[in-house]
Amino acid sequence: MAFTNEQIERYSRHIILKEVGAKGQKKLLNAKVLIIGAGGLGAPVAMYLAAAGVGTIGIADADEVDLSNLQRQIVHQTADVGKPKVQSAKETMEAMNPDVKVITYHEFISSENILDIIKDYDFIIDGTDNFPAKFLINDACVMAKKPFCHAGIIRFQGQLMTYVPGKGPCYRCVFKNPPPKDAVPTCKQAGVIGAMGGVIGSLQAMEAVKYILGVGDLLTGYLLTYDALKMQFRKIKLPADTHNCAVCGDHPTITELIDYEQAECDGTGL
Amino acid sequence: MNITVAGEKKEVKDGLTVAELIVNENVEMPDYVTVSLNDEFVEAGTFADVALKEGDSVEFLYFMGGGSR
Repeated sequence: MAFTNEQIERYSRHIILKEVGAKGQKKLLNAKVLIIGAGGLGAPVAMYLAAAGVGTIGIADADEVDLSNLQRQIVHQTADVGKPKVQSAKETMEAMNPDVKVITYHEFISSENILDIIKDYDFIIDGTDNFPAKFLINDACVMAKKPFCHAGIIRFQGQLMTYVPGKGPCYRCVFKNPPPKDAVPTCKQAGVIGAMGGVIGSLQAMEAVKYILGVGDLLTGYLLTYDALKMQFRKIKLPADTHNCAVCGDHPTITELIDYEQAECDGTGL
Repeated sequence: MNITVAGEKKEVKDGLTVAELIVNENVEMPDYVTVSLNDEFVEAGTFADVALKEGDSVEFLYFMGGGSR
């Protein structure tokens, strides 16, 4: 596949990078990334990956755009209120870059559909807002041997980590089971500063791009935390011992996907 | 004795347990925090039994899901 003149110009700031080049840009155009959750995290991920020319972007979310989303979910516009989030996100991405093919999944992910949805993708972004979905994505990615980037945001704080099969701990290595319903506050209850999705979601997009290009060090084996009030990032080394993990360990006890009870605020996208 | 908590050096009483440290540090949601001690997980339910030693490094890993529509 040769680049058109327009593509050479569009991606010139990528192509000039020695870590990308024409070869890397082709990898991006041939790559398939799935974003689960078209909310605060999924919005910047969708926009940066579309702008970067990731050729196929899947986006899954069952929700419609609400006015209260617009303070942070920058992929949606005021005129999109009431529209399915996946449709609104698709329109934004396609308007940004006609090279991108967007596939929408206007549905909740569950044990029934997740393996079928993730199977065609190279990398998965967890932009969900609830623990049942986060554990489901983790377990499905471990079982299907798919890399993914987890993130969470609340108030002035954010975190992320990347799982690559065989390269380090999974989400369940760190957090054994979902917390009971309402034990951990949600953004709806506790609030979240709008730009937090931008900071952490952009880092998720960066992890996906680095994975596709095969450059640099991913956040495998580390949890990156961000405290905006202290203006402090910390890259916390995670224990390397994954042998006893219930899903990715040597003798997994979780061999089937689990649909945990959805928390009160069960929208897919943060 | 001196230990490191979340990257910061602290002086604490000798033999402080992980459970006591969680109280001292005002850890949010103490029942759901994951504790890493010198890059190894401390099993949940054993926090009161694990006494810290000089030079130990402790990290608290918090659930962060968010949840806003």
